[in-house]
Amino acid sequence: MIELRNLSKQFGTHRVVRDVTFRVEPGEVLGFLGPNGAGKSTTMKMLTGFLPPTSGTALVCGHDILREPDEAKRRLGYLPEGAPLYPDMTPASLLGFIAQTRDLTGSTKRARIDEACSLVDIGGVWRQRIETLSKGFKRRVGLAVALLHDPDVLVLDEPTDGLDPNQKRDVRALIQRMSAGKTIILSTHILEEVEAVCTRSIIIAAGKVLFDGSPTALRERSRTHQAVELRVQGARDARSQLAGLPGVASVDELGEDHYRVLPAGKDPIVRAVTDHAYQAGWQVEHVHVDPGRLDDVFAEITEGQA
Amino acid sequence: MSAFAETLQRSTYRSQWFRIFKRELRGYFTTPVAYVFLVIYLLVQAGFTWGIGRLYEQSNATLYPFFNYHPWFLLFLMPGLGMRLWAEERRSGTIELLLTLPIRAGSAVCGKFLAAWTFFGIALLLTMGEWYTVAWLGGPDHGVILVGYLGTFLMAGAYLAISSCASALSKNQVIGLVLGVVVCFSFMLADIPMMVSAVDALGVDALTEAFLQMSFRTHYDNLLRGVIEARDLVFFGTLIGAALYINTALVQLKKAS
Repeated sequence: MIELRNLSKQFGTHRVVRDVTFRVEPGEVLGFLGPNGAGKSTTMKMLTGFLPPTSGTALVCGHDILREPDEAKRRLGYLPEGAPLYPDMTPASLLGFIAQTRDLTGSTKRARIDEACSLVDIGGVWRQRIETLSKGFKRRVGLAVALLHDPDVLVLDEPTDGLDPNQKRDVRALIQRMSAGKTIILSTHILEEVEAVCTRSIIIAAGKVLFDGSPTALRERSRTHQAVELRVQGARDARSQLAGLPGVASVDELGEDHYRVLPAGKDPIVRAVTDHAYQAGWQVEHVHVDPGRLDDVFAEITEGQA
Repeated sequence: MSAFAETLQRSTYRSQWFRIFKRELRGYFTTPVAYVFLVIYLLVQAGFTWGIGRLYEQSNATLYPFFNYHPWFLLFLMPGLGMRLWAEERRSGTIELLLTLPIRAGSAVCGKFLAAWTFFGIALLLTMGEWYTVAWLGGPDHGVILVGYLGTFLMAGAYLAISSCASALSKNQVIGLVLGVVVCFSFMLADIPMMVSAVDALGVDALTEAFLQMSFRTHYDNLLRGVIEARDLVFFGTLIGAALYINTALVQLKKAS
């Protein structure tokens, strides 16, 4: 469980994080979204006890990060932005060191290292120096460090940033595998990632929380959510006919005989549109119900905030 | 919480520095740093001892020529050893990894410092050949030599603590090196007449005396005479402690910038 209470950070006169308050429960995977410089990393650095907040505090499993930093840090696994690792060490020696600092010894230590190693699949590079590893492997080693002590809370700062599409998919699958019973918070600026792995999303910009809800709810805020895209032949005056249908707000003309019908409310209008096309005897070539555009919503929520 | 659990918990915190110490010390030998440093140190000290110090020609069975030049070349070697301690950690971002583990900044500072100091101790042990040579050529006062080694180790520790502190000030290792050399150099020169008369001009005798007492050279020379005096040990000990204390504060202050 994570709880942020009025967390704020100010660098000089610049307020980077303003009064951020939210709770994340076990089992939730929270996607932390925001444009660059929105305060995502700063918030995570405060949550993990790396940066002291200017005011407010954060609790990790009930332990105040300011008053009981060691207790809080014990329950927390953290992947910092860019997954910094000691280049001269090998995954074997690094995980051995981390296990020691996490008070893991003997057979527990071996079992935890084996499990982390197989979860992120780094057995093949076990004795290679970290500086010689590819970006994907470095990221996996970083994840192994974060989850080595099987923490209740995982904080992952841009876990897939800079990886190729296959590596991104692997890391997302890994996060999903780990998510049962854990509290996970991950930052990203890839909107699709939030839908793929998160149960909840928070958007911050200029240090303020601007949206807090499920990824589906986020998409539903899109202007084009439930819009019907339609290409027809043999239709005369289709635009005005479509615009006159019940529940339709407006019609965009995307090209010749190609329209986008926007709904007035949240209710689906696809039936009304296709029924009308059938009755009017149009030859329908293409119908598509738009699920909504996350980047539109993102832009709408965050623009003008920076 | 029971007293036992509390003691147990405290002892784990106490040993975090030791885990850092082990990792760091091992780190020296998995990179070329250790070997480059050892070779340079051994060559430089031999050059000063035999070439400039003329240990052989002076026909005295002492290691004075060996110890006498140490304050000078350690002035550069110790900041060289210390410059990477925190600058590298900050530049590569691994400081974020390190300090979000259940490790206090103070433990990390001590662990890193002690590893570097121990590493220098190993280098110093490798000069024992000179001790053996002098013992073979004549009958030196072994007590004086032993205390000389102790003094050298302590002074190197003081240089190193200052350098570690300087390293925490900037992400740039070169800046750390230059700052370290400059600060160490001021401690070296505290007893030269120009500095002393400048302070003396202020007319406060206690200040002049205090200033003289800050000189590395004064305390080191005391030890080279083979006399172990509490104030010399306390001086180096206090200086190391103070530098590490400031170092910890600097790490906390600068870690995220």
